[in-house]
Amino acid sequence: MIALLMALAGIFSELSLLAFGGGNTILPEMQRQVVEIHQWMSARDFSAMFALAQAAPGPNMMVVTLVGWRVAGWAGVLVTSLAKFGPSSILTGIALHGWKRYKDAPWRPIVQAGLVPITVGLVSASALLIAKASDHSIAMAAITVVCAWLSWKTRLHPLVLLAGGAAIGLIGLG
Amino acid sequence: MQSRASEIEAGAVEPPTALQLFTGFLALGLTGFGGVLPMSHRMLVEKRRWLSDAEFTDLLGLCQFLPGGNIINLSVAVGLQFRGIRGALAAIVGLIAGPSLILIGLAIVYGHYENNVTLQHVFAGLAAAAAGLLAATALKIAAPLLGKPISIVIALLCFGAIALLRLPLLPTMLILTPLSILAIWKYRS
Repeated sequence: MIALLMALAGIFSELSLLAFGGGNTILPEMQRQVVEIHQWMSARDFSAMFALAQAAPGPNMMVVTLVGWRVAGWAGVLVTSLAKFGPSSILTGIALHGWKRYKDAPWRPIVQAGLVPITVGLVSASALLIAKASDHSIAMAAITVVCAWLSWKTRLHPLVLLAGGAAIGLIGLG
Repeated sequence: MQSRASEIEAGAVEPPTALQLFTGFLALGLTGFGGVLPMSHRMLVEKRRWLSDAEFTDLLGLCQFLPGGNIINLSVAVGLQFRGIRGALAAIVGLIAGPSLILIGLAIVYGHYENNVTLQHVFAGLAAAAAGLLAATALKIAAPLLGKPISIVIALLCFGAIALLRLPLLPTMLILTPLSILAIWKYRS
């Protein structure tokens, strides 16, 4: 159990400090660690956990809590939450002091712009991995494509799209 | 507009207590469906007036620059500003406590029925839609890259390394991030 919690702590504190551009960028690495390397759950389960976290209220990265719960119960929740939110929060606290000095520094917009292509690549990778784990039929792939298009081109609320996807799954087209 | 935070600094208004920070972010965590960002502006600037518009934009800029979820970082920054480490803890715990408990409840239900074929179909549909939302997010943030061939190549390399080759994130970022920053710096207009 201790070894399991140590592994969770190691994985999620590294992810905490690599999550430039928000939580969705670290999904592929989280999936690689949790599904492929440690085999704590199947890719299908991981996608289901991610989808569940998207459909529930709260910040984006709550899938972390679910992974902790699934792998090691309450202790897992505590360890993954501390590891995922602790290091980045400490960094925020430290950076807050220097921010007034650095926010107008000439290198800041350059670094920030430099991170954008990485974020684009990582979020696209997240989309592909989640789709691969759930799109086992043409109907499911169609849900992904239609949702992407609607979310891109219209102002439909994400919850409406998630509910639509779940409803089509329910009537058995999957 | 006279901001609340600068009034507080001048001693005109009491800063929010740790308890107020906790309840404020607790409510935010529980109401933010499909993204907390728009709701956080309403709570922090319009409703509770803890921050002015400019202060909100400024702090959000810092939080987007740093690793970690924007709103998570924002809760820490706001809490820290008003009540130090105690305030930061109150804000972040408030923000994630509600959603964590709800999700654990849902996970318990999911665990009971995970071999149920109907539920599997529902979750497959849900995940397919969630993948679509992610793809749309990627498209939206990719739009500014149009006309910047080097940035497009870096985004594609990153996608290939992570999604297709399944390389670890740390070395991928250590190589591609400096390249990307260098390219922006060299070709900036």
